[in-house]
Amino acid sequence: MAKIQGAVVVNKERCKGCNLCVVACPADVLALQAKEVNNKGYHYAYMENPEKCIGCASCGYVCPDGCIAVYKTKL
Amino acid sequence: MDIQDIIKPENLVYDKPRLMNDNPMHYCPGCSHGVVHKLIAEIIDEMGMEESSVGIAPVGCAVFAYNYIDIDWQEAAHGRAPAIATAVKRLNPDKLVFTYQGDGDLAAIGTAETIHACNRGENIAIIFINNGIYGMTGGQMAPTTLEGMVTATCPYGRNVELYGYPLKISDLVAKLDGTCYVTRQSVHTAAAIKKTKKAIRQAFENSMAKKGTSLVEVVSTCNSGWKMSPEKANTWMEENMFAKYPMGDLKNE
Repeated sequence: MAKIQGAVVVNKERCKGCNLCVVACPADVLALQAKEVNNKGYHYAYMENPEKCIGCASCGYVCPDGCIAVYKTKL
Repeated sequence: MDIQDIIKPENLVYDKPRLMNDNPMHYCPGCSHGVVHKLIAEIIDEMGMEESSVGIAPVGCAVFAYNYIDIDWQEAAHGRAPAIATAVKRLNPDKLVFTYQGDGDLAAIGTAETIHACNRGENIAIIFINNGIYGMTGGQMAPTTLEGMVTATCPYGRNVELYGYPLKISDLVAKLDGTCYVTRQSVHTAAAIKKTKKAIRQAFENSMAKKGTSLVEVVSTCNSGWKMSPEKANTWMEENMFAKYPMGDLKNE
């Protein structure tokens, strides 16, 4: 079976750090920044474990602010 | 493989809908409104109705909906969105006309407009965001507030002897002859969001096919008003709201 590798791009200035993408991710890829904040002062989401991403886009669907773009390719 | 090699236009599987613009949304972090806005933008884009859609914005948190989705909008007085939609649709029968209303707008001050528009069978779609609270004004009790639920104006929980029972307005309008499609959905998981998208798409298609009024109730969270984190609010909604407001189609003709 071909391995699938995904990637998530978070628009960090649009992100409000609601954590819903982190909860929705089935592969434990995303996390909120522990210390860094964006210009609005939110702890934005980022890919903590990028190699685990399967490109399912669950994070993108649940993101209320539309800050997530998801890419996927076969290796 | 490096991440930068994956991030190419041909590998894109999900992005912000084209019709949703770059204005930062004023909603609280984790608010369900954003997800429903995205669905509407996606569906209108897929239907190719960008130039011929008119949304009716309510009074409530979604009052600024016209700032975020690049279609034509009309702002209505509190609760009067179905009345405005009636006028817009009757004068422009070829336009896709929908209202976007919260529970304080649709089920409280606008109950009469909602019921009469549904009873007349106006060819409009009504998107009803039900979070059981007045979100914008600071979390007061709404007609849809659950029994025992604590809000700013019922700090000891909603007492049905004093305030009456939660209003299930979707069940009410499903009984009317003018409605063709009444459904209750939610947007707390990716699977639920896909179902809601299908429901809204069907409501929009019913409107264009002149089949009557369609109402899509989206049971939502108001984590600020409920005083919870967004993820806790989703769990609380599943445990409490779904018991009173069960998911599924109430009418589909």
